Amino acid sequence: MLISLKRIIRSGWLNFSRNKGLSLATIFIMVMTISLVTSLFLFRDISQFLISSLQEKVDISVYFKAATQEEDILQLREEIDKIPEVKNVEYVSRETALERFIQRYKDNQVIMESLAEVGNPLLASLNIKAWEASQYITVTNFLETSSYKNLIDKVDYYQRKPVIERIFSITSTINKTGIGFSLILAIVAILVAFNTIRLAIYNSKEEISVMRLVGASNWFIRGPFLVQGAISGFAAALITLLIFTGALFFLSPKLEILLPGFNIFNSFIGSLGLLFLIQIFTGVGLGVVSSIIAIRKYLEV
Amino acid sequence: MIQFQNITKIYPPHSFGETTIAIEDVSFKVNKKEFVSIVGRSGAGKTTLLKLLLAEEKPTKGRVFFDSQDVHKIKPADFFKLRRRIGTIFQDYKLFPSKTTCENIAYVMEVMGASEEEISRNVQEVLEIVGLTSRAYNFPEELSGGERQRVAIARALIHRPEVILADEPTGNLDPYNTLDIIRLLLKIHELGATVILATHDKQIINILGKRVITLEQGRIIRDEERGRFIF
Repeated sequence: MLISLKRIIRSGWLNFSRNKGLSLATIFIMVMTISLVTSLFLFRDISQFLISSLQEKVDISVYFKAATQEEDILQLREEIDKIPEVKNVEYVSRETALERFIQRYKDNQVIMESLAEVGNPLLASLNIKAWEASQYITVTNFLETSSYKNLIDKVDYYQRKPVIERIFSITSTINKTGIGFSLILAIVAILVAFNTIRLAIYNSKEEISVMRLVGASNWFIRGPFLVQGAISGFAAALITLLIFTGALFFLSPKLEILLPGFNIFNSFIGSLGLLFLIQIFTGVGLGVVSSIIAIRKYLEV
Repeated sequence: MIQFQNITKIYPPHSFGETTIAIEDVSFKVNKKEFVSIVGRSGAGKTTLLKLLLAEEKPTKGRVFFDSQDVHKIKPADFFKLRRRIGTIFQDYKLFPSKTTCENIAYVMEVMGASEEEISRNVQEVLEIVGLTSRAYNFPEELSGGERQRVAIARALIHRPEVILADEPTGNLDPYNTLDIIRLLLKIHELGATVILATHDKQIINILGKRVITLEQGRIIRDEERGRFIF
């Protein structure tokens, strides 16, 4: 048993190393497939980052009537903070609002002049962020039913509602199309790799029938092809990992300009172990499963 | 030991051709330790008979027995058990192109699970017998026709099978080598193997002086204990 296993592995390795052209072609196709799977994985990271940074920008503001006491506002803030859907609440007093306004428009002469005439027209507000876009409706419902209702001048959720809903639908569409697209690409890639291995085995069909005729059992015939497939898969996974490490190392700073705060190289390194496992699993799995399926029909002689 | 019972083999027509009757109602027995030659023109059905015995082909009608076992009732996954008992020298050699002479010969013993020492001892021995020691590490494409044929012979002998099927084993050999191979087959036979030799070489048959079955267009026309090649 052990001696057979040793022979099968040795024979698989010899097949791999002697048919260099074929092995290289198989590895090349597998590198493409594994790269695709890896990019889908990274794409998921990027899209998740994009989605969360979009959602990050969404909030609603509650403006209070000019006469409202600061204590009341702070009390309401505490209560809002207790709602589980709320991520955080920021209090912006009238003065802070004015400072921010001046900061933003300090270069605009007309606005500055008119501001000087009117005094501080801005209202104090609470900026509320929820965990998810769909949760803002809960927050506004709470505000409308609370005892603080008559302190509130306006809630700008209603003005922003279309935007919030839009973002919500865009993110879910990105997710859905992403998954669909990934699945289609993965299937195509797997079929291409499978076909390459099938052709490689088709090349050996004569040899397989001779093995049968001289008395080799099915596992003794199948074994070396599986080993060969596994070696190709392993080599392809390693090569892909090296390519990605190199490419992302140089690409990451450029991508960071487009997506500030997102370092794809770090996120790649962070999930390196998992990624390599996925790559090995894809490569070796593809090699082995394709070999088993492709060889089946030649084992009937 | 081997019995062909009313065997008929008809190949279905290809796109434009007609059906081909390769073997028609053939019955004969081969006893243990017998040396039988099957002769006939090419296309007479010699190779088909050997393929039927190896379960490489299924008969259209009739049955083939190997030691009271119906060969065509064996499951494909178990063919190897039958085939390990038979050493076959194929007309077209059927060597593994990606294996060296040594590896080609050793393969049968490897699949049977023999130990490394036993394999290397037997390979050396068989290489000497067929005179290919100097070609041990060459690949088939680096060998001449005659050398390939000798590798094929060595592969069929190495595991000392009970039955040797030799399909035109001397087709590519010069007269000197031909005689050597025939002597070798006779020696294996003396050592206790059953030999079935398919050939159309008149000279060999006349030297052998053993049982000869003559086929013509798929039928047995003669079966003589000490036959000669007559056409």
